[in-house]
Amino acid sequence: MATLTLRGLRKSYGAVEAIKGIDLDVEDREFVVFVGPSGCGKSTLLRMIAGLEAITAGDLTIDGKRVNDVGPADRGLAMVFQSYALYPHMTVRQNMGFALRLARVPRAERDRKVEAAAAILQLGPYLDRTPKELSGGQRQRVAIGRSIVRNPKVFLFDEPLSNLDAALRGQMRIELARLHEELQATMIYVTHDQVEAMTMADKIVVLQAGRVEQVGTPLQLYHHPANLFVGGFIGSPRMNMLPGRIASSDAAGVTVELASGVRLKVPVEPGAAQPGDAVTLGIRPEALMARTDGELAGEVQLVERLGGLTLLHVGHGADLPLIVQTDGADASRARTPIRLAVDAAACHLFAANGITLPHLVTHRLVA
Amino acid sequence: MVPSVAVLLLWMIVPLVMTVWFSFQRYNLLDPSVGGFAGFDNYAYLVTDPDFWVSLRNTMVLLASVLVITVGLGTLLAVLFDQDFPGRGIARVLAISPFFVMPTVAALIWKNLMMHPIYGVFGAIAHGFGFEPIDWFAEYPMASVILIVSWEWLPFALLILLTAVQSLDHEQREAARMDSAGVVAQFFFITLPHLSRAISVVIMIETIFLLTVFAEIFVTTSGGPGNATTNLAFLIYARALLQFDVGGASAGGVVAILLANVVAFFLVRSIARRLEV
Ligand SMILES: Nc1ncnc2c1ncn2[C@@H]1O[C@H](COP(=O)(O)OP(=O)(O)O)[C@@H](O)[C@H]1O
Ligand SMILES: [Mg+2]
Repeated sequence: MATLTLRGLRKSYGAVEAIKGIDLDVEDREFVVFVGPSGCGKSTLLRMIAGLEAITAGDLTIDGKRVNDVGPADRGLAMVFQSYALYPHMTVRQNMGFALRLARVPRAERDRKVEAAAAILQLGPYLDRTPKELSGGQRQRVAIGRSIVRNPKVFLFDEPLSNLDAALRGQMRIELARLHEELQATMIYVTHDQVEAMTMADKIVVLQAGRVEQVGTPLQLYHHPANLFVGGFIGSPRMNMLPGRIASSDAAGVTVELASGVRLKVPVEPGAAQPGDAVTLGIRPEALMARTDGELAGEVQLVERLGGLTLLHVGHGADLPLIVQTDGADASRARTPIRLAVDAAACHLFAANGITLPHLVTHRLVA
Repeated sequence: MVPSVAVLLLWMIVPLVMTVWFSFQRYNLLDPSVGGFAGFDNYAYLVTDPDFWVSLRNTMVLLASVLVITVGLGTLLAVLFDQDFPGRGIARVLAISPFFVMPTVAALIWKNLMMHPIYGVFGAIAHGFGFEPIDWFAEYPMASVILIVSWEWLPFALLILLTAVQSLDHEQREAARMDSAGVVAQFFFITLPHLSRAISVVIMIETIFLLTVFAEIFVTTSGGPGNATTNLAFLIYARALLQFDVGGASAGGVVAILLANVVAFFLVRSIARRLEV
């Protein structure tokens, strides 16, 4: 059992406020991912939870107990660092057993626990090597093993995969998901990579400039972003953003007029928005389709063929090109005109203050 | 390639060969009438001279004490100066600055300004508390020399060790904190192993210089009282330029070379092993 609650958590470095009041609940056995651009305060928040960074204001409770003033060793957490932070002069076995050794656990029991953890991580053959004699992926696993051995209430990870190559990263992602399943543990995971967040999380927390932008399941964030920032941050390739104005609205949705004069009816609630208000239309790359009767006209500037998928960069006047995700078999060539149809139901409208106009229908995969 | 090696060889070999040559000669600067081959007489005279064994012991005592003091204190100060505290920059500069004082001056400062029973700071402090001032160089001559030499070498040790402490990955220390290592456990399990290489380097470099300490002894005690502070370097000097016995001094020099090489051999071997790990 391990639940965490964060209430109004703040952190200041002198006059600079890095964390500006965060409220969050982490349920037992949940895999929570903090995601956000570099410098948004993810590591700081994680380190505050770990106890490595003092909490300036607010309350942190673990299993209902306030732990603001409890030291990092006594919070019952384990952390995997970005640099792995293995002890270089100790063998894998000593690294993994260090906490137990300090806790004066008898040698036999220590060895048993280390070997059990090593078995889970397939580190058995490497127990007597030093970290220098291991590959990046193996070091990563030792760092994870070191936390497993302590049997913590909560695992904390700070960008653990960022030093690995792409193939290994994919593999470790799967392994971490398996580990989460196997250990039935609560995990908090920090990353700037939204693919990692989408694939592993039960719950994603999107942070920006020390604030929570949105909390939700991966698909909630993808299909119902709370604001312009989340819309742009979650999803790869990025959501296309087009400026426009509200032309009219009724019970079936809001009609938006783009700079090019094209009108689209998006099924969202207008709320306080009035005709004439400036809005941003967000269109995911897969909500655009090349069709001869499409509403938008443009010219293909660049074709990125990924094999199974093809990405078209379509110029349409002044702004950034539109990214269109099409089939791998799409035959479009660069410098040819194209017409694009928009799946208006999948579009998002953001008011001038960045807040999303809520969809009339919730996506069927989002509970 | 060949010419440079030849020059280097001459540069090193000539003085060495001459020293070895003189060590087998009867050669006294005051008495031109004695001369000729001496065999091992100079060495025999040396090893039967109680002064020689005392000087050998003094050399080792000085070396070991200064190493222990500078490495021990240097490690503690390095860890201390790695912490953030107000005035850290100034404290660092102050701690490092003795390194820039030349040995002769350092010894004079300590002799006359600090440890002199009448004019010295220590004496004044002792007076202030109503104690009899200590005549350091008369009562604790070896300890006094060790103090001065340590004062000179502490900054060097500190500088190297501080750089090493600062290169310690702070995430490693944080990982240790999460593993519930306290300050002491962090020092012994994380910091000290991390410093082992830098400590070896400090020991090696200091050893080379500490085997030949001379100016500090010359300026303060002149090897005395008696032979209490005569180390090998000072003994050779005394033989050659106080007793004008070049043969005997050369024999001492050869022993000094052997000693330095033996020490260096073991040091380099143990350090090379450490650098491998
Ligand atoms: N020790 C510190 N002193 C001052 N500012 C800090 C310190 N640590 C982090 N910050 C600031 O806090 C912000 C968040 O940093 P961090 O949590 O490391 O971001 P992230 O992990 O999301 O990239 C940054 O703007 C950074 O400059
Ligand atoms: Mg970070």
